[in-house]
Amino acid sequence: MTGFLQHTFDGLVNGAFYALLALGLAVIFGMLRVVNFAHGAFYMLGAMGAYVLLAELGVPFWWALVIMPVVLGVLGMALERAFVHRLAQLDPLYNFLLTFGLTLILQDLVKSRYGVQSIPYAPPAELNGSVDFGLFDFPTYRVFVLVFAVAICVGVWWLLTHSRVGMVVRAATERPELTRAFGINVGRWVTPVFGFGIALAGLAGVLAAPMRAVNPLMGSDLIIVVFAVVVIGGLGSIFGSVAAGFGIGLIQAWGVVYLADWPILSQTLVFIVMAAVLMWRPAGLFGREEAPA
Amino acid sequence: MLRIENLSAFYGEAQVLREVSLDVAAGEVVTLVGRNGAGKSTLLRCVMGLHAGQRGTITLDGRDVTKLPAYKRARLGLGWVPDDRGAYASLSVTENLTLPPRVGPDPWPLERVYEAFPALYTRRDSAATMLSGGEQQMLALARVLRMGARLLLCDEPTEGLSPLLVQQVGDLLREAKKHGVTVLLVEQNLHFATGVADRHYLLAEGRIAEAMDNSEVRSRERELLAYLGI
Repeated sequence: MTGFLQHTFDGLVNGAFYALLALGLAVIFGMLRVVNFAHGAFYMLGAMGAYVLLAELGVPFWWALVIMPVVLGVLGMALERAFVHRLAQLDPLYNFLLTFGLTLILQDLVKSRYGVQSIPYAPPAELNGSVDFGLFDFPTYRVFVLVFAVAICVGVWWLLTHSRVGMVVRAATERPELTRAFGINVGRWVTPVFGFGIALAGLAGVLAAPMRAVNPLMGSDLIIVVFAVVVIGGLGSIFGSVAAGFGIGLIQAWGVVYLADWPILSQTLVFIVMAAVLMWRPAGLFGREEAPA
Repeated sequence: MLRIENLSAFYGEAQVLREVSLDVAAGEVVTLVGRNGAGKSTLLRCVMGLHAGQRGTITLDGRDVTKLPAYKRARLGLGWVPDDRGAYASLSVTENLTLPPRVGPDPWPLERVYEAFPALYTRRDSAATMLSGGEQQMLALARVLRMGARLLLCDEPTEGLSPLLVQQVGDLLREAKKHGVTVLLVEQNLHFATGVADRHYLLAEGRIAEAMDNSEVRSRERELLAYLGI
């Protein structure tokens, strides 16, 4: 029982990263119809940035948690203006190739400066130690990650459902042309939404730094699973991406333990789930079939 | 208020509108009638700024808006009532109503909208696509009235509605007209059209074939219905 709860908790913590990354991909896809392959690279930049801030400038974790999302969000907006925007009218494949190429460039730039070795990054002193839950202990830092990620997801959901900005984003995501006919400059919201999605990836990266191996390839390992998460949740569905993120985290954690005798199965579990979901619901669990323009 | 000069529109190679010119004066209700595929909806889309392939000039209150994007035209007072009623699934009824900014001198307050449409008030927190077809049509009209639009572009607002609801749509458009709202209406229901409109244009193969007043439409109703294939 204790073991099961521990695996469940670990699954939720991993799921928190999937959820944050999938959430960013979902808002970007919803608004721009762009599949941002570079999302994993921005996650990596978040973690590397936190390390560089601490090692070279002495900036602590808490500041990195604010600085890196802002810096990467601004970088994302510049990227949208300079490149993504220009390809928006073309086949979606062009932006996929653009962000794929960008991923390789960013990874190699970081690699050439910091190498491929994983770099240790200590959690902040306030979050050392563990929290006693009676039957078992959990590392304080992981508890913090889970609570923080859930708070961010709930906050984004609240913003989308309760603010005027959120209403405009929902409307523009569902029917861009109609929304323009109602006097809303949809184009004005595209750049900030892209930047916001990137900022979420950066935030996840900073959160990952103290508990995951920080290296130039940490994003590319993760992003493939995150794409599966987004597809399972339903492309563009905010709620679906978060729910699927936590769900896949759990399934993976349980799979590793209970399918330990079938390592091939436990490693491919995510994609088996994805295939099964798509056979049952081609638009994903919470996705809507695309309405005609 | 609205002047269209030599408007041609294309879908790829196909030409759907050929040198259409027409005027709509402030406070008028004007209908466009014609067979399916005559170009009526395309004409409305051109006025709204939603159709890319076009040539000609569109003037609103003496201002050339031909190059203006749709959202700027909406802010000049155009109210869009699309043929599919334009209900957002991811927005509640209230959000559907309050999405467009107020643009005109006389926007309806939300309370007034809900007084006029009690059915929308009861369902105000539901997703708009959960409404019945008739309620969605009321929502589409209520939305542009709340916006305070001065020129409504309505694409077949009575299509698929029960006679009672058709009458309600008519009452609403007459009420709007009384307050100085101008309406350009695509309509197949001639009886409804003569009940609300001042003048009519018959579109055929992308051209204006005839301009008619109410008495002419009434006296030629049978001939016109046969032509329209209804």
